[in-house]
Amino acid sequence: MNLHQLFSSIEKADPDIYDRLSSRRKAIRSFSGIGGKLALAAVPLALGGLLNKAYGQSAPSDVTGVLQYALTLEYLEAAFYTKAVASGIIPAGAPAGALTTIRDHENQHVAFLTAVIKQLGATPVSKPAFDFTAGGHFANVFTNYDVLLAVAQTFEDTGVRAYKGQAGVLMTNNTVLTAALNIHSVEARHASHIRQMRRARTNDAAIKPWITGKNPGGINDDAVQKSYNGEEVTTQAGIDLTAFVSSNAASESFDEPLTYNDVIAIVQPFIKQ
Amino acid sequence: MKNDNSIRLQPELPFEEAAHKKTVSRKKFLSVLGIGGLGLTAIASCNRDDDGMTGTVPPGAIDLGKGDTGILNYAYALEQLEAAFYTRVAQSPFSGITATETAFLTDIRDHEVAHREFFKKALGAAAIPALNVNFSAIDFGKRDSVLATAKAFEDLGVAAYNGAGALIDDKNYLLLAGKIVSVEARHAACIRDLISNGSFADNTIIDANGMDQAKAPADVLMIAQSFLASKLWGGNLPKS
Repeated sequence: MNLHQLFSSIEKADPDIYDRLSSRRKAIRSFSGIGGKLALAAVPLALGGLLNKAYGQSAPSDVTGVLQYALTLEYLEAAFYTKAVASGIIPAGAPAGALTTIRDHENQHVAFLTAVIKQLGATPVSKPAFDFTAGGHFANVFTNYDVLLAVAQTFEDTGVRAYKGQAGVLMTNNTVLTAALNIHSVEARHASHIRQMRRARTNDAAIKPWITGKNPGGINDDAVQKSYNGEEVTTQAGIDLTAFVSSNAASESFDEPLTYNDVIAIVQPFIKQ
Repeated sequence: MKNDNSIRLQPELPFEEAAHKKTVSRKKFLSVLGIGGLGLTAIASCNRDDDGMTGTVPPGAIDLGKGDTGILNYAYALEQLEAAFYTRVAQSPFSGITATETAFLTDIRDHEVAHREFFKKALGAAAIPALNVNFSAIDFGKRDSVLATAKAFEDLGVAAYNGAGALIDDKNYLLLAGKIVSVEARHAACIRDLISNGSFADNTIIDANGMDQAKAPADVLMIAQSFLASKLWGGNLPKS
């Protein structure tokens, strides 16, 4: 099944939503300060759900579309860590503890996004069937701990870039934007930790909690490289950061977004066809 | 691991509760919150202002400004604070610092300097002046004090950017904030792991939805102010 097809199962927008939205605008605004501690059950149905129109084969252009896209990525991560923790190859103690923490967060993200999509009057996309070997490319992903960590790092760094790429689309709904930002930074915390786990195992000081240039951190793989291309930027908004710091630090100090199409190309091999 | 000099920067924590925490001496906690009377009053009172109303800048305070420029100056102020802290850490490393800690803390200093200089240049004539810091509560010779402060700054920075996102009007600025906040989150996780491996995203900072925090500027400024000799005023910042 194609990812684009997965996204096509969204229900039509609730036709009354615009009316209810305008009358509740004040209530909606008051939610935006609550951010991550938002109790989902209390969210009004019309929570900024301005844009539930159906969409097709291109990048999401509305809030619900972004949430469906994010849900698919969270399904991927949650399923990955569930299998990883159950694989029997994670050393007990800190490593098992860390991957369990991350697994739990990804499951919480799935639950949260699913609930928000429903609140917005849409049907959450269904969970795809995954192939974490990517058609045999990572054949030993659940039998070789280093490969497992390499795939984990790639998923986390890709997730950070994917959320970042959609922030602008979420500007119409402050509550959802804040929630997405609160998830985005957790993915970055995960990425930082997985990178440290890899550094500790390999004693390779070039593997850092942050991304240097477009270096995947000792993972020589064309498929993985796609998740890092574009990270080497050292100029931001026309300002050359190498005037202040080294080019490594300049690239590390800003994470770059990935477009929807780039992310789809990265994760498509992990979706069973 | 014991952190006798740890500083918890949580203004919502009641004093009594904080005083009972073994890791925080009451004196230190109060000193952290010992904000110059004027600054605190101004920030707290302006929080109730109606949107669009322009408040009066208290005497001697630095006005962050309004709109997106205000938010960029707010970020610039926080980056100045972080950059000054890590610059000091690099200049006078704590006792027993390891090679890995030196490498990470030096990298983080460089990132914060890059952020600071970026905002300074981007803001141009609208930039607030260079701020004077007050690090008297930090014992730079002690690992626990330095890392506890670093953790507090990084978690605060993440929450500040997460909270500022919804206040930004221009999507290009939002993207820039997004590019920075994930690096701050990488720092936060790194520092937390240095203090206690595995605490990168523990339940003292991440909620039951698997989410980080978002803080409003008024809340962030109240905390940041205790590390600044300069007085900041955010009364004209956007509220929504």
